Amino acid sequence: MNDKRIPHIKSVETRYFEERDALFRGLQRLDRRTFMKVSTGAAAAAVAAGVSYHAHTFLPINVASAAEGGGARQEFTFAYISDSHLYAKKTNERFVRQLLRAVDDVNALDPQPDFVLYGGDLAQLGRKEELDLGAQILKSLKAPVHMMVGEHDWFFDMGHRWNELFGPENYSFNHKGVHFVVLMSVHEKDFWTPRGLTPAERMHTVAGLDNAIQSAFEVGATERAWLKKDLEKVPTSTPIIVFSHSPLYKLYRPWNFWTDDAEDVQAILQRFEHVTVLHGHTHQVLTNRIGNIDFHGMLSTAWPWPYAPQGLPALTVQMNRPNPFDPNDGLGDGTATVHPDGLVDKLYSLWNRNPMAVKASYLRGSSQQDAPALPTLASY
Amino acid sequence: MKTTPWLAVALIALLSQAAAANPPPSSPVKGAKVVKLCDNKTTVQVAADTPQTPEEGKKIADALMAQWQAKNPDNKWVAEEVEAHQVVPPEDNSKLIGTGQSSTYGAVSAQDVKVWNTETYKEAVYGSTVFHSGDQLGSEIAVSCDMCHPRAANTHPETYPKFQPTLGRVALLRDMINWCIEHPVRGKVLAPDDPKMRALESYILAQRKGVALDYGKR
Repeated sequence: MNDKRIPHIKSVETRYFEERDALFRGLQRLDRRTFMKVSTGAAAAAVAAGVSYHAHTFLPINVASAAEGGGARQEFTFAYISDSHLYAKKTNERFVRQLLRAVDDVNALDPQPDFVLYGGDLAQLGRKEELDLGAQILKSLKAPVHMMVGEHDWFFDMGHRWNELFGPENYSFNHKGVHFVVLMSVHEKDFWTPRGLTPAERMHTVAGLDNAIQSAFEVGATERAWLKKDLEKVPTSTPIIVFSHSPLYKLYRPWNFWTDDAEDVQAILQRFEHVTVLHGHTHQVLTNRIGNIDFHGMLSTAWPWPYAPQGLPALTVQMNRPNPFDPNDGLGDGTATVHPDGLVDKLYSLWNRNPMAVKASYLRGSSQQDAPALPTLASY
Repeated sequence: MKTTPWLAVALIALLSQAAAANPPPSSPVKGAKVVKLCDNKTTVQVAADTPQTPEEGKKIADALMAQWQAKNPDNKWVAEEVEAHQVVPPEDNSKLIGTGQSSTYGAVSAQDVKVWNTETYKEAVYGSTVFHSGDQLGSEIAVSCDMCHPRAANTHPETYPKFQPTLGRVALLRDMINWCIEHPVRGKVLAPDDPKMRALESYILAQRKGVALDYGKR
């Protein structure tokens, strides 16, 4: 198989439309005077205003937007890899190879993303050797990595090894005018003590997506208090991007496509103008919008999940049903482009298939043209 | 439901007192009767002068059952598997009780319906244990069916048979099960009548109960 990533092979048509989009996006940001210059073909003036030209088509493809609002925010991109579910190498080398493929994908991005988000479930059964192996592989990423924890990383030793390797599970940082929050959202109420389960049995129970013995995922009161405090001094105009392993809404309880205190978390985020949540766990293209919050899922590098039989958000355009004869179908990684206004375009770089873009313009209902293409084979 | 097993055992135990005339392998207490469980192995000794009353029968049955349960610690596997993975129960045929003709003489009894239901369900529940266990599937890479198919989602058994170009022939559900065992699971393929294959088919079909057959659908 050609290991030069498919997402990077774009047709002339795709490139034309991308350039066209970029041009018009850029033009919107220009003031009237610069616009006149551009539209009258005063190329030199346009270049001076930060418009660059694509050598092949002579269409302007990039309009510098740093000048907007006193140079506050610029457009930037970050990449994601998620849900690799590594066993020890001798147990299962396939999941290892798949994570390596995603690392290659991200390292091949040109320009490089500002950082890489790892979306949780690095390990399958939370063992030290699994987490260590994952940490070692992720070291080869060229861009800096921000780690998020998943339930498969947690429930063997309750996060002990993960914390040793990657630090605290809840943290925040600012990047180019956007406030990022990484939230541990997969706490579970104690189901193991009454049953007398060993740590390995507890982990095994949580590792089964359809295992009904486990409790529902929740952020929990302590973490919610931390989140509230973290956001206290952040102005409402600052774009907020939250990374959580479980979707921060209620989709389908039997598979824990669910966060039990989702409404409480959403209430904390409600006062901000633009909030985007990126979550792992669901291993599929998943789109939702609740109030001011846009939600995007992430692809897995290990295996795809089917869509839940109930509760699928109306905005979700499903990815194609993975073909069992096509290894690695339905898997992948991707990027998110953060616009100067704080809105996020999400790109799902599906291996072996065309990438799927879920744009903020589609989510916010401002462009029906930006709706992702419908799948030919939907979930049963 | 809960009380019936010991009742059945009590009946068997009482009936088999007469049949227990052959000397058991262990040396019996002189003058005691030996009562055997229907597994033909578990026994208890009963004093010869024990009155043949239901109360005494229950005591004997309880003693036998206690021994059997101690020897079979996994005996609650059906209940445990159902609690974890919520296997869809089979059609409840209780409306047939008292009507028609059963496999034995007379109308369908509650016992008939219970046996149908229990045995059918047990096959699907066994299938669920295989479906959720990389070890039972013989996976070399610790992969099980539920990793891609939680609660058998997206297995769509109602769409078979259908032509699968990759296999070069019309595939039945069991062909796809074997394809998955061989490739993503990396285990050993099962013979069509392998107990595990029969159980896997039962589980997958059970989870799609009520869905219309639609063979050939993609």
